Order: sequence, then structure tokens, then C-alpha cells
Amino acid sequence: MLSRVAENLYWMARYIERTEDTARLIRVTRHLMLDFPGTTTLSWSSLIHITGADAIFDEHYGTRDAAKVLTFLCADRRYGGSIMGALAAARENLRTTRDVMPKEVWEEINSLYLQGSSLLAGTIDLRRLDDFLRTVIRGCQALTGMIDGSLSESPARTFCAVGGYLERVDMTSRILDVRSANLLPRSPDDLKPFEQLQWMSVLKSLSAHQMYRRQVRTRIRGKDAVRFILLDTTFPRAINRCLKRLHGKLATLPRSDAACAAVAELQQLLQRDGTAELADAPDQLHQFLDDLQLGTSRIHDAIRTTWFGGVDSPAPVVDETVEHPGQ
Amino acid sequence: MPRLDWNQYDPNGFYDELIAAPGQPHPAARALCDYLAGLDSSEIGDLKAAAEVAIQVMGISFTVYSDGDMIDRAWPFDIIPRIIPLTEWQRVEAGLKQRVQALNMFIDDLYNEQRIVKDGVFPAALLADSVNFRPQCVGIQPPGRVWAHICGSDLVRDKDGTIYVLEDNLRIPSGVSYMLENRNVTKRVLPELFQTGGILPVDDYPDQLYDMLVSMSPRPLDEPNIVIMTPGIYNSAYYEHAYLAQQMGVELVEGSDMIVGSDNCVYMRTIDGLVRVDVIYRRVDDMFIDPKAFNPDSVLGVPGLMGAWRAGNVALCNAPGAGVADDKVVYTYVPKMIKYYLDAEPIIPNVPSYLCMHDDERDYVLANLDKLVVKPANESGGYGMLVGPHATAQKRAEFAELIQADPRNYMAQPTLSLSVAPTLTDEGLAPRHLDLRPFILSSAHGSYVTTGGLTRVALVKGSLVVNSSQGGGSKDTWIVDTSAQGGL
Repeated sequence: MLSRVAENLYWMARYIERTEDTARLIRVTRHLMLDFPGTTTLSWSSLIHITGADAIFDEHYGTRDAAKVLTFLCADRRYGGSIMGALAAARENLRTTRDVMPKEVWEEINSLYLQGSSLLAGTIDLRRLDDFLRTVIRGCQALTGMIDGSLSESPARTFCAVGGYLERVDMTSRILDVRSANLLPRSPDDLKPFEQLQWMSVLKSLSAHQMYRRQVRTRIRGKDAVRFILLDTTFPRAINRCLKRLHGKLATLPRSDAACAAVAELQQLLQRDGTAELADAPDQLHQFLDDLQLGTSRIHDAIRTTWFGGVDSPAPVVDETVEHPGQ
Repeated sequence: MPRLDWNQYDPNGFYDELIAAPGQPHPAARALCDYLAGLDSSEIGDLKAAAEVAIQVMGISFTVYSDGDMIDRAWPFDIIPRIIPLTEWQRVEAGLKQRVQALNMFIDDLYNEQRIVKDGVFPAALLADSVNFRPQCVGIQPPGRVWAHICGSDLVRDKDGTIYVLEDNLRIPSGVSYMLENRNVTKRVLPELFQTGGILPVDDYPDQLYDMLVSMSPRPLDEPNIVIMTPGIYNSAYYEHAYLAQQMGVELVEGSDMIVGSDNCVYMRTIDGLVRVDVIYRRVDDMFIDPKAFNPDSVLGVPGLMGAWRAGNVALCNAPGAGVADDKVVYTYVPKMIKYYLDAEPIIPNVPSYLCMHDDERDYVLANLDKLVVKPANESGGYGMLVGPHATAQKRAEFAELIQADPRNYMAQPTLSLSVAPTLTDEGLAPRHLDLRPFILSSAHGSYVTTGGLTRVALVKGSLVVNSSQGGGSKDTWIVDTSAQGGL
């Protein structure tokens, strides 16, 4: 498979996942804000920080009020991490790989893009925001479902999966970061009355509330929620499970040592003692999630240099096993 | 849609591809016409709708790029096929093979000995002025001395039934995927006729193309690496590039997917690392394949590709420089080439042509601009033409000046009365003008002509413009073996 095609599919999957998870991130923040008394220090500004978009936001906007932040995160095409920006990027990536992807996937992403554009026509209406976010999440789920249900086991499918898992690890960690960033009161005493509400929101934003309930069967506590989101081996959006799947997928590709090692490194970070205790220490949780995100970017670098090839490709080495498939 | 009544159908004095006279189909078209006449109006409407659905479902489209947004339009298609009897086709096929053989010998001669120029058959002045002659190709002898591996020649039929070659496309002819898809749609819509109709199949083209490309490989491998090189998704023929890649199971690459290594071989970047490429079916124009050899600003090509080709480390199909024979003035010399290289008479005639570079012919052209079609030597797609009978006096005066300023660049032909075929229109059955583009493959091992080709139809009443971007459509083309026809 051509490196360019592999790279496009990888990015397409990342962008679809990013679209969905950005919608989830906005949703959880909005629900937290609705659930909390007006006196807390919840701030939309933190969302910009969590998504790592401070520089580009400040370049185009002044204050970080709700309308501006939401416009930026939902609709601004200049930012590749915004919902419509990521969706447009996924669509563009799919354009050049239509020959290897099922036709219905292209049609779905096209119609989701058009639907999203029309829902966001003009300014963002807060009453329609939830409609928009739900449509986006649902559309992305349909897309990943179609890919899963109609694309044969092949390098094409592998690169879609790899992109999807890696982005999910990154974005799940950012959603978790909502809880640790300056969204919430710092003093443990202020925290207590809201603890269950806050963690429930985080779980709900990952569609994890029900699965958590079935598994943990106690009232929602920070420690258990963190353990579930980071370490659970069965829940599809749990980081541990994503990394395990990612490792398995990468291992099926040729020359996968470096990429697999980068994933293993992150798996070890996750398994260290006291990971779950981070729930009660927002600053440490934030630091941990930062490390996790740095780890995902190391995995990305390994993938890029191994399979996508840059402008400065190494001297030609002909892989004879590829040329003589029968031997 | 009323029931189809062949007695009411009138080709308006043109030669009709299906009907000899009102109510009388040509023998090879009788089964089709009888079948269609037996359908009631709702059944015909159903067939038309079924074809539209099939085209949509199969995703047959062509690209029109405008306003920065890409539009894939559904392929315009008429369900009534165009029919050519096998006996007639065999003669056309032989004529096309003869023609392309002479053209390949001509191209090879121009880049090597230039015998035809030295012998005074082809004017040295014409060669000196040719914009598609590539000095970079001088002295090269590709395998089998074949340059134009894939040729698409446009054929038209005049009032008296004679088939003429209108032009030869030797650079990057397109349309063959639509020929194949037209057949797929027609099989879905008119399956009954394929049981007993003596219709020859077309679907071995991708295999023939693949075999031809394999035979060009510089390495004697069982499975050489073949790729199709495309300018990318914004090219109007991208659908075809992707289609052929899928049909042959080869990679569809862009220039940036390939590099030339220090060993002067071409490699593509894959997830397995760099993999050597043996044969490139390039759908990118000469001038853009290698920024080192041609246009330095082009980002479509591969730096060093020409060097790898010259060294014999990769095959390029068509060979760079083959376009030297894709010139409407050079076209007029093809009958002489056939005589010169093959010592034979042309089996298919050229449309009578006047070269403005010759004084007497130019005088005739200038005096008869209202009766002639004037074409510049190197435009394609119908650009820069004068259709004399339909042009204003002012337009004709402008062309007279253009011709006098640069006589070498113009040739003229009488306006032909292109043949017609019955076509389903909003007003019912009506005659529409058409042409035919067969595809000819050539290699060191011989040549192959598609069974028929792509029939393009001018869907607008009276129009001669068959280009799909300008309202043209297409039909399936049946080569019918009447001796193999059974009863329906």
C-alpha cells in the first residue's frame, strides 16, 4: 500500500475521532456548567487550553466568552481541531482514497459535513447546540461503524484503526483533563458536594456512565471513575483498552518495532502505582495526562517516520519479499 | 414516453447507424429494433430509469472542476446501443492496427534516423516547427520501438456510409473506462439481448492493457510492479484513472509517491518501504512528468524520471515524445506514412484535408472558409476551431488573419455530415450525431483493438459537439456477429 494512501486514511480516522470527541468535550463542559451553581469558577477558557489551541484562538479572538469559545470549537475552519474543521479535513483525506474505501463511507461523511454546515449557518444558537453535538457524535459513530462493517481486513483498515485508537487515547485524556483543569474548585471541601455530579458528567461524555455502573456498582467516586477511564480493559473508550488494541494493530504491520515500543512505553506509564489516586489531586492528574499526551505524540512520530516517509526518504532499499509475493 | 415506432423515425437524410430506411433496420440491428418495438411506453420508461439508477449506484461519474468546488456529475448515457456489424468492424480493426503501426514507426524514425525526412516524404520544416517534438527523446529506442502504446483514434461516418479517421490521440487518450461501464449498464438494462444477440464482449480490455504493460517491464519478473500515474483528484479523468487501477489491481500513484534513487531506478513509497516500479502507465502530460527535464515549476512529476527512462530502468506508457504524431497537421501525412513504411494503401481513409502551409491549399481554404472546419495543429478537446458554416463573417475574417500569420499551424477539412443513431430524448425517439473512439494497444508483441469503442453522442438536437462537459452523452457500442445471432 502506498504511504500516501496509508497516511491519508490514518488522518481521516484521526479527524473523524477528533470530530466526535471534540463534540463530547463541549458537551461535558456544557452539562457541568448547567449543573453547577453560578458562583463556581467554571470557565470556558479552560477548554481552549485543554485542546491546546491557545495560540490560534488568541490570534483570531479577543475574550474567551461562551459564544466565542463555542464558535471557535464548533465552527471555525481555521482551526483543524474544531468540529467543522476536523470534519472538513476528514472529508478531504477521504477524497483521495475513495478507490480503497467503501463508497457509502464517502457519502456518509459528505452528508454529515453538509448537515453540520447547515446546522451551524450563521451564529451559534445555544438552544440548538446540543442538537448539533448529538448529530455530530451520531454521524461519527455511523462512519466508524460503516468502516468496521464494510472494509476488508487489509492495511487500509489497519491504518484507519490505528488513527482512530491513537486519537481516542489523546482525546479521552483531554476529556478527563476537564476534571483536573481550572474548571473546578480547588479546595477539597468545595469539591465534595459536587464530586458525584462532576464525575458523572465526565463518564456521560464518554458514554461510559452505564458501563461504569454495571461494572463498579457503588456510588460514583473519583478514584473509581479514573480507574475506569484509564485502566479498564473492556470499555471501548478506556485508554488501557485503546492502547492494547493499538499495539495489536501496529504489530500486524511491517517494520513495526519502533511504533510498538512507543505504545508499550505508554502502557507502562499507565500501570504505575497509584494511578487511580490521581483523582483527588487535580494538579498531578493534569501532569499525568500531559505525559500521556506527549506519549501519544511520540507514537505518532514513530508511525510517521516508519510508514509515511518524508521528503527525505532514505536511500532506496528494495524489499524483495514485496516484489516476489510467491516466495 | 410513447411506444417506439420505427416507421415514424426519420434520420433526416443522414446516414443512420441502426436504420437503413424508415421501418427497416440494418440486418445487425434488427434484433435490437424488434425488441425495443415490442416494449410499451412504461417499459421503456422503466429501462431508462433503471439505467439512471445503475449509473448512480455504480458511481459512474465524470468530474467538472469549477469555482474551487469539485462536482462529480453522473455519466450521461442513452440506453439504445449503437451497432456495427462484425464484418465491417474487422476491416476497421485491421485499418486501425495498420495506422498505429505506421504512426509508431514514424515516431521512432523521427527520434532516430529521420529517414522519412531525408527521403523528402515528410517536410523538414514541419518537424522543425513541431511543438510536441521532444529533443530529450532523440536517440532513444524503446522496447519493440513502440512509442504510442495506447492510442485512441476518433472515427466518424459520413453521409455515404464511409468511415473516416478524424484524429489520432497519442498523448493520454481517455474514455475507455466509460466504454466498459456503458456495457455494464446495458447488460443490466437489456440482459435478454445478450443471450442470443451475437454481441461481442468488451471486458477483456483491462487484461489486455495489463498484459501490454507487463510486456514493457525492463526486468524479466513474473510480477513486475505496474502503476498508474495520475495528476490527482482534480483531473477531469480521475474517475478513469482510479477505475483502471482497480480493474488491474495496480497502485494509483501521484508524482510525489515516487522517487528516483541513486541507482537511477524509480521507487514508490509504500508502507513496506521503497518498492521498485517497473512500468508507469502515466496519465500526466509529457511536460509535467519530470521537473528536471521539462517544466521546472511542475509539482506533478518525479525529478529524474526521464533519466531513469532513458537508462531503460523504467517503462513509460505512452513514451514521452509520442505526441509528436498527435498533431492535426501531421495527421494529414498518415496515408503517406502507411505507404512509406508499410508499402500499403490505407484501409481507413483520412478525412480530406487541406494544409495551409501549402500555397495552393491555403488559397483554397481562405476562399472557402464558409464551407470548411479549420483546426489548429495542437489543440485538443475542440478548442480553437472554426466551424465555417456556423461562424459569423467577423469570426471567419479573424481566422483568415490567423491562418496567414501562421500557416503551418492550421489545417482545414470539409464539414462532414456525421452519421446519426436513434436516441431517447424528451420528445421521444430522435436522430442524434455521434462518433466513435476505439482504443488500440501496441507492444513489441503485437497490437490489440477494443471491440468497438466509446460512442459519444451529441444529445442536443442538430449539435455535433459530443464532449460530455458540453452536453454530450454516450451509448454502448455493439459489434454484432450476425452469423452467431439466434432467434429472440
